[in-house]
Amino acid sequence: MARKTHVQTTINGEQTEFLCHPHQSLSEVLRDELHMTGTKEGCTTGDCGACSVLLDGRLVCGCLVLAIEAEDTEITTIEGMASGEKLHPLQQKFLEHAALQCGICTPGFLIAAKALLEHNPDPTEHEVRYWLSGNLCRCTGYDKIVAAVLDAAQSMGGDTR
Amino acid sequence: MSESNGSDRKFKWVGTRPIRHDGVDKVTGRANYGADFDLPGMLHACMLRSPHAHARILRIDTSKALALEGVKAVITSDDIPELALTDASGPTNFSDLSRNVLARDKVLYHGHAVAAVAATSTRIAQEALALIEVEYEPLPHVLDLRAAMAPDAPILHDHMRTKGVDPTPDKASNIAAKMELSRGDVDQARAYADIIIEREFETATVHQGDIEPHACVAQTNEDGQTTVWASSQGHFMIRAYSARLLQLDISQIKVIPMEIGGGFGGKTTVYLEPIAIVLSRKTGRPVKAVMTRDEVFRATGPAPATLINVKFGANRDGKVVAAKCKLVYEAGAFPGSPVTAGAMCILAPFDLDHFLIEGYDVVVNKPKTAAYRAPGAPPAAFAAETVIDEIAHELEIDPLDLRRNNAVSKGSQAAYGPKFSDIGLLETLDALRAHPHYSAPLGENQGRGFAVGFWFNAGMQSSAEVKLNEDGTAIVIEGCPDIGGSRASMAIMAAEELGIDVYKVRPVVADTETVGINDTTGGSRVTFATGMAVIEASQEVVKQCCQRAASVWDIDPTDVIWQDGCAVATGDGAKKLEKEDKLVPMPIAEIAAGAARTGGPITGKASLNARGAGPAFAVHLVDVEVDRDTGKVEIVRYTTIQDAGRAIHPAYVEGQMQGGAAQGIGWALNEEYVYDADGVLANPGFLDYRMPVALDLPMIDTVIVEVPNPRHPYGVRGVGEVPIVPPIPAIANAIHDAIGIRMRKLPMSPPNVLAELVRASGGA
Amino acid sequence: MATVILPARFNEWTGGADQVVVDARDVRQLIRALDERFPGLGERLRDGVAIAIDGEIINDPLFEPIEPDSEVHFLPAISGG
Ligand code: FES
Ligand code: FES
Repeated sequence: MARKTHVQTTINGEQTEFLCHPHQSLSEVLRDELHMTGTKEGCTTGDCGACSVLLDGRLVCGCLVLAIEAEDTEITTIEGMASGEKLHPLQQKFLEHAALQCGICTPGFLIAAKALLEHNPDPTEHEVRYWLSGNLCRCTGYDKIVAAVLDAAQSMGGDTR
Repeated sequence: MSESNGSDRKFKWVGTRPIRHDGVDKVTGRANYGADFDLPGMLHACMLRSPHAHARILRIDTSKALALEGVKAVITSDDIPELALTDASGPTNFSDLSRNVLARDKVLYHGHAVAAVAATSTRIAQEALALIEVEYEPLPHVLDLRAAMAPDAPILHDHMRTKGVDPTPDKASNIAAKMELSRGDVDQARAYADIIIEREFETATVHQGDIEPHACVAQTNEDGQTTVWASSQGHFMIRAYSARLLQLDISQIKVIPMEIGGGFGGKTTVYLEPIAIVLSRKTGRPVKAVMTRDEVFRATGPAPATLINVKFGANRDGKVVAAKCKLVYEAGAFPGSPVTAGAMCILAPFDLDHFLIEGYDVVVNKPKTAAYRAPGAPPAAFAAETVIDEIAHELEIDPLDLRRNNAVSKGSQAAYGPKFSDIGLLETLDALRAHPHYSAPLGENQGRGFAVGFWFNAGMQSSAEVKLNEDGTAIVIEGCPDIGGSRASMAIMAAEELGIDVYKVRPVVADTETVGINDTTGGSRVTFATGMAVIEASQEVVKQCCQRAASVWDIDPTDVIWQDGCAVATGDGAKKLEKEDKLVPMPIAEIAAGAARTGGPITGKASLNARGAGPAFAVHLVDVEVDRDTGKVEIVRYTTIQDAGRAIHPAYVEGQMQGGAAQGIGWALNEEYVYDADGVLANPGFLDYRMPVALDLPMIDTVIVEVPNPRHPYGVRGVGEVPIVPPIPAIANAIHDAIGIRMRKLPMSPPNVLAELVRASGGA
Repeated sequence: MATVILPARFNEWTGGADQVVVDARDVRQLIRALDERFPGLGERLRDGVAIAIDGEIINDPLFEPIEPDSEVHFLPAISGG
C-alpha cells in the first residue's frame, strides 16, 4: 500500500496535522483518523449531504474531497459550530423547531444552512429549499428544517457568523 | 392501571414541546451512531456479494484472500450453524434468516452475501474480496410477480410448498403462502350493487431509505462473551436473533444501542451483526462492519412490489355493499411479505359486511423484503382509496360525503375481525372538510385529492425503570431505540406523573443488560407501550414517595396523596398533622434527600406486554399540478390530518405526520427499484433512487385530532406509521382531478404519467 | 359462554364452522376447548396468531381473561415497521 502523506490544515480554527493515504476522502479522515465523527456519511458518493463541511468557506461534500486537498485550507465541521457554551443560532432553532428526528442528517443540514446564511442572510423559503436540496432527510419531510432555517435567519438579523 | 384515558385530566407537560434531551448531542455532532464507534485494535469487515440474481454455489476458495497481508479471517456459511428449515418462531424463520445473512448452497439475489473478510483496514478487506474464488452455476431468475407465479417459473426454493391451500401441493412453487379473509356472502351481496368497479393496481419495489447505512462493532472475549455496538430498531432483537442464528445463549451477548440514523422498519432484523460476532470470535479482535449505500440498497429490506385487484360493488347512494380483493406481494428471496397486513388493512376503513380478500406471498430473486412503515398498507390503500374515489365520480356524489358514508366508527366490525372501540376516522374526515385547504381555489392544471389511511398499531413488550436521584430529579431507563424524539416523550410522561419539571428528568435508552426486555421500536408502539411502562414505573415511585412521607409524618399511607410533586396529607392524617401544626406538603426533593433514613433508594419498575394499542386513522389532502408536456407532478399543497389519541409531544407527532407524508410522496411519484435483464439492480444509490429533496416538497400542514385511546392512561395511540398510508392514493386522486387520468401503476413518475397523457390523447 | 370467530383458513379443522360458542375463562382454556372439539386446531392457534378479545388485539396471549359474553377473534399476527 502506498505511503501516507502528511497534511497540514486548519480545522475549526485549530492547526491540525494528519497522515493519510492518497485515496482517502476528507470525511473518512475526519471520522476515522481524527475521530471527529460529527461529520456523517450516508452514501460516500456525494448524494446525501450528511458529510457536508466548509472548505475555505465553501460548502462541499467531505466524501468527495480528497483528504490531501485539505493541505493549507480552513475546514469547518459541525464540531466547530457552537462557540464555547453557546450553540449557534441555527443549532438552537433546530432544537426549538424539532427539526431533527433521527438526527443523522442534522450536522450536514446545519453546515449547509450556515453556508447559506453566510451567503444570503435573508433567504426566501424557496431559496432555503433550493440550497438545501443537496442534503437528504428521510425523517422530517423538511418542513421543520426549513422553518428552523428561516427562523434562524430572522433571529440573526444578518449577523451570520 | 386506571381505565380513564385522561380525557378530563389537566396536564402540565403532556402536550407541550420541550427541547429533546438528546438534542444538543445531535446538533453538535456528539451523538454516536452505528458507524461512529471504534475500539483499539479493531478490524474492518467487508462482504463478498453475489454477482448473480440466482445461482448455485459450487465452490468457494478463500485461501488466496486469507494469504493477503492484513487479512485476519474469511468466513462463509460453513462458519455459521446450519439451522433446520423449520426453525421458526412466529413469523421469523431462522433458517431463512441465516441463509440471508450468508448464502448457503444458492445465491438468491444480486447482492446476496456469500463471504465476509476481516482485515486491518477496509481497503485491505476490499482487496481480499477480489481474491475469493467462487464458482457459480447461474440459474434462470425471476423478478416479476406474474412470472414468478407462472407454472413454469424458475423455482427459488425446491422445498417450498404453498401454505394455506388444501390439500398441500406436492410441487414446489414460488407462492409461499395463500391467505384468505372473508365475511358475509360477496356473490349474493353483489345483487344489491348498482355499480361495480374492478381495477388492477401495480406498485414497484421501494426502499426505506434510512440515511444511516447499517453498521455495528462486535467484540468477543476468549470466554465467548460478546458485546455488540449496533444501530438498530431493537437491540434486544439483535441479541435474540444473533444468539438464535449462532446457537449461543442469549446471556452470552450484550448489545449496546448506538443512536440510530433512521429505520422505518429497515433495521428490524439482522444483517451484519452475526457476521461481525463470528469474525471477532475467530480473530479475537473487535470487528467493525459498515455497509456502503450500494449494499444497503442491494441487500437490505426493500418493501415489496405488489399487484392488487380490487372489485367494489356499491349501491346508488355510494354505499359499498360488497368487495373482492386480491393482493399479491413479493416477499423477496425468502417468504414473508407483508401481504397479511395488507390484506387486513385494505378494507379496514370501510364499514362493510360482505367481502372476500385473498393474499399471496410470492418469492422472487430480490433481497428479502423487510418491514417498511405500516408494512403492506400503502399499496392496499392505493387500490381501495382510488376505487372508492372513482365510484364517487361515477355516481356524481361528493367524494368526501361518500367516503364518510362508508367510514368505520366505534362499534363497526373491522374487516380483519374485531369491533372497533373508540377510533377517530369520522373526526379526521370532519376536520378535513373544515380545513381551509379543502375549499381553496385551484389553479390551471391543478387537481385536489384526498385519501384515508389505516394502521393497527402495536403494543408488545416494554420495560422501564424510574430512579429518583438524591435531589428529587429522576432518571428514566428504557430500552427502545429513539428514532424520532421518543426520549422526550418518555421524559414528559415521567414528569407528568412525578410532578417535576421535564428537564429534571433524564431519559436513557439502556443496553440489554441494564433494563428489562423491550421489543423493537416499530409498530408505532414506543410512545404507547414503553410510555405505559414509564407511567407505571413513575406511579410506583410516587407510591413509594407517599409511603415515605406517611412514615415521616407517622400517618396512614392511605391518607397521603400526590399533588404537583409533593406528598400531601388528607383525611385523618391531615387532621393529625394540623393538630401538631405540621400540615405542609412534602416536596419530592425532601423525600428523595431523606430516602436513606426512610428505607433506602426509591426506584420504580414496570415490565408489561401492552394491550390496547388503539388503531390509527389519517386523512391526507393534496393539491398537485401536472405538467402536460413532461408528465411531471408537482406537489403544490399538502395537509395531513391524523388521530393521535393524545399527542404527548405535538412537535414530534407533527414530525411523524410530515415525514410519513414525504416518504409516501416519494413512493408515489419517483421511487422504484430498476432491474436490468440479468436481475442486477441498476439504481442502488441516492442519485438514481430518487427520494424527495427539500425542493420537491411544500410545507406540510398538520392537524392533530385527539380521540383518546381508552386503553392508555393518557389516551395515546401510535402515530408513526399511518401517515405513509394515504399519500399514494391521495396523489393519484389529485392527478385524476387535474388531468382526468387514473394512475394505477407506481411510480407516477414523469415517463409513466406522460405515457398515460399520450394514450388519453389518442397518441401511440 | 364466549363467542369465537374463526377465519375461513381454519375450515379444514372446523368443518366449515366459522363461529363457535366456548366456555373458557382465559385464552389457554379457550384454545384447549377448541382443540378438544376440533382436534389439531389448537396447534394452529398457538403460533403466529394474534387474538382480539372484544375488539382489542393481543399478541402472544395465553392468560388473557375472557368474559362470559366476550367476542374472540383469531387473526394473523402482524408486526410493524
Ligand atoms: S456521504 Fe457524502 S454526500 Fe453522502
Ligand atoms: S432526521 Fe433522520 S434523516 Fe433527517
